[in-house]
Amino acid sequence: MKETVAALLRKELAIELRTRESVPAMVLFCVTTYVVFHFGLGDVGGARAVIAGDLAAGVLWVTLLFAAILGINRLFVADHEQGGFDGFLLAPVDRTALLVAKAIALLTFLCVVELVAVPAFGLLLLGPSLGQALPELLVVLLVADVGIAVVGTLVAALAIQTRARDLMVPLLALPLLVPVVIGASRATAPLLAQGAAASLPGDWLSLLALYDLLFALIAYAVFDFLLED
Amino acid sequence: MPDQDPAVQLRGAGRRYGERAALRDVSLQLRAGQTLVVLGPNGAGKTTLLRMLATLLRPHAGEVRVLGHELPDDGFAVRGRIGFLGHEPLLYRELTGRENLLFHARLHRVARERVDELLDAVGMRPRAEDPVAELSRGMVQRLAVARAVLHEPELLLLDEPLANLDPVAVAQVAPLIGRGGGRTRVLTSHDPVGGLVGADLALGLKRGRVALLARAADVTPAQIAELYA
Repeated sequence: MKETVAALLRKELAIELRTRESVPAMVLFCVTTYVVFHFGLGDVGGARAVIAGDLAAGVLWVTLLFAAILGINRLFVADHEQGGFDGFLLAPVDRTALLVAKAIALLTFLCVVELVAVPAFGLLLLGPSLGQALPELLVVLLVADVGIAVVGTLVAALAIQTRARDLMVPLLALPLLVPVVIGASRATAPLLAQGAAASLPGDWLSLLALYDLLFALIAYAVFDFLLED
Repeated sequence: MPDQDPAVQLRGAGRRYGERAALRDVSLQLRAGQTLVVLGPNGAGKTTLLRMLATLLRPHAGEVRVLGHELPDDGFAVRGRIGFLGHEPLLYRELTGRENLLFHARLHRVARERVDELLDAVGMRPRAEDPVAELSRGMVQRLAVARAVLHEPELLLLDEPLANLDPVAVAQVAPLIGRGGGRTRVLTSHDPVGGLVGADLALGLKRGRVALLARAADVTPAQIAELYA
């Protein structure tokens, strides 16, 4: 299956590099949202308003989640519109390879988006310095991104079969990803608190990891059926 | 496949789209190495029949056996032994012709030398590095033929294989999708006279039902006229 996943992933990344349909839109959405928050919060007592702790974690993760929806929405579009699904289904390969390749592709997109979005968030909105919390924050980002990628791939595969794809993706993905946002925000909040000695919040991180595992198993079990006629 | 098994066998096969029956009660047998031409007006069920044999659509009634395996249960056993050329080329527009063929070669575990061999065979080597989006419809069709035969399938399912091809291109693809090599072929055609040439059996479909099933050599102009009336 490794070779199949590699072939599918190479194709996914090549198409995104040529079309630039998903990642730039996701990056632009994040940066624009942080800029809007930056000006929306205005000044407090002549100084620029900044956020920290729970509020900062919430703003960071809700923005990343909405940006992820943009990527999820487009995840299977090329396959659906250009017959890629049929081409894949005609090959004598394990169909789980498509789930794995798409989830890795979405995870890659999210990581690239965060390379820009997180520093922009730190610069435009965050009160405390991002530098100290960064190693722990990267761990939280990675664990939460895996959850978003797995759930997103599952939802995208389901929604692409419907006529109202653009509506179905947020309707299905947002409720399913609420636990990820809760876990990620709670795990991130102490890292972004004023004067906090950053330490990794193990309970919330474990919860996120458990959610990732649960949905990975669900996706593995049902993905074949989603591709069936 | 045991020798006594027909390459394609249908007994009362049917397929619906919602409440509408696209194919009803189709029964036929095709021996290995034979060619079946499927004729009929638009919407007669020709494409549905081909997609059902390609394992892309599940039969809703009757029995469908392909290369000795019952569909849809044994679909995995025949994928990779079928070459399918449908209305869509199953090529990604953003990838080059070579990249598309290499992608399918990886899925089918075919050596990359075969890709170059086929690019030469269909006369597409000079444009192999151009994105499919920049090619003419005839060129895309030539690549689609190359994709369909990449893995040297035992059964070819060809939906209007010569559509958009000029006489030179027809001559180039003919050896790849012709009767040679003992291949079994099922092809659809809107050209009854041309379609019957080189066929062993003719199946005429009208509103999803079998209106004609005879040896191709025995089909009369009156029967053709009646089919398209």
